[in-house]
Amino acid sequence: MKHSITLNVNGEEWDVDVAPNETLLEVLRERIGIKSPKVGCETGDCGACTVILDGKTVRSCLVLAVEADGHGVLTVEALSKDGPNELQQMFIDRNSFQCGFCAPGIVLAVSELLATNPSPTEDEVKEAIAGNLCRCTGYTPIVEAVMEFVGKDEA
Amino acid sequence: MPIAHEFDYVKPASLDEAIAVLAEHGEGARVLAGGTDVVALLRNGAIAPEVVVDVKGIEGLADIQSAGDRLFIGPLVTFSDLIESELIRKRFPLFYEMAVKVASKGIRNRATIVGNICSAVPSCDAGPVLLVYEARVLILGPGGERTVHIDEWFTGPKKTDLQSGELVVGLEMSSSVQVCGGSYVKLGRYRGEDLAQVSVAVLVSSDYEYHVAFGAVGPTPVRARKLEAAIKGDKPTDEMLEVARKFIVRETSPITDIRATVEYRVHMLEVMLERGIRAAVARLNGGGPEYGTRHI
Ligand code: FES
Ligand code: FES
Repeated sequence: MKHSITLNVNGEEWDVDVAPNETLLEVLRERIGIKSPKVGCETGDCGACTVILDGKTVRSCLVLAVEADGHGVLTVEALSKDGPNELQQMFIDRNSFQCGFCAPGIVLAVSELLATNPSPTEDEVKEAIAGNLCRCTGYTPIVEAVMEFVGKDEA
Repeated sequence: MPIAHEFDYVKPASLDEAIAVLAEHGEGARVLAGGTDVVALLRNGAIAPEVVVDVKGIEGLADIQSAGDRLFIGPLVTFSDLIESELIRKRFPLFYEMAVKVASKGIRNRATIVGNICSAVPSCDAGPVLLVYEARVLILGPGGERTVHIDEWFTGPKKTDLQSGELVVGLEMSSSVQVCGGSYVKLGRYRGEDLAQVSVAVLVSSDYEYHVAFGAVGPTPVRARKLEAAIKGDKPTDEMLEVARKFIVRETSPITDIRATVEYRVHMLEVMLERGIRAAVARLNGGGPEYGTRHI
């Protein structure tokens, strides 16, 4: 049986009919056309599908779309309505990413951290992105960019 | 890969409604809280319920409360909720130390401690900590309420005493001792997502009575009562730790699997037990590393 749900995605209301076995990740990508959350492992391990649900990062591959009925979803598209925000610009300036597949998840994970802890230690940054796998960079340029962003870079 | 299996989804607004749906569908119903296990299992085909019962619409299930030395944790309390709770940080910091070691932030934001023991994988992080706290699992079913001691809760790998038609409505425990120190030591392959290869929880009271439990070293998390009896009343001297180490083989039955060999598990258990006991005692006496540290 289909369920009619309402999702607030990046500040816009969407009414969609979904089957119970559709995930939030699928609905965002296939129905709403928001492509920044990536389809990675689909088992909760890689963090590529990360979105912010009611203020907290979640794995959208492990959330049923019906569960998100009436809730608010944010993706990186919301951060960069007027071009990259300051954090994103820092990642660009420092060439932090290579293929970029992990980038939306990592940007959201770091944004979540900075919302409650604007001056994190390097260890706190690493912990915040520990569930976001990056197969290209070795993480160093990502962590360095965040440390520079919060004004704690050594370089 | 989409979820191939089709199922109905219901979101009861009250416990009565939830129990009625569970009773109607029996084994065909699956309770959904954080979904970090349930949705993964639906996708890989390990479970195929007729109906998924989302309990997140029921009021009052996300409470963390304490009265006297009693602690209550509701079934919708996530690991992030535990980490962010002042009450937990101040009065039951061992739960904080365990929760920060669970998977990654994106999982902790969603996964519940009750769901963790309902999934009941042998490496579940909540198991050893609830064992040393001698927690009781509060259950509601068609016949009313019942309580299961955590010792009797885990009945096998991914198996629990929960019967079809029943719902866990909370965890309850009391710190029978006023002053205690604890530690949770977890060995994983990397930070961020890994299941424990071995884990150790220790709780020590001011008269040096120890509660010790292990995870991922047998079909279920286990309490090490013989070990506890052998070191009761002793401070962690070299001799005492030697005795404690000797009991590891008697209390555990680790296997070689994809994550670690028996030899590695036993060796690390010895190291982790020693560090866990030392940290718990140091904390009991007001020192030791801050709660949340990794110990290894
Ligand atoms: S795709 Fe969701 S965690 Fe990997
Ligand atoms: S930049 Fe390629 S996965 Fe991170």
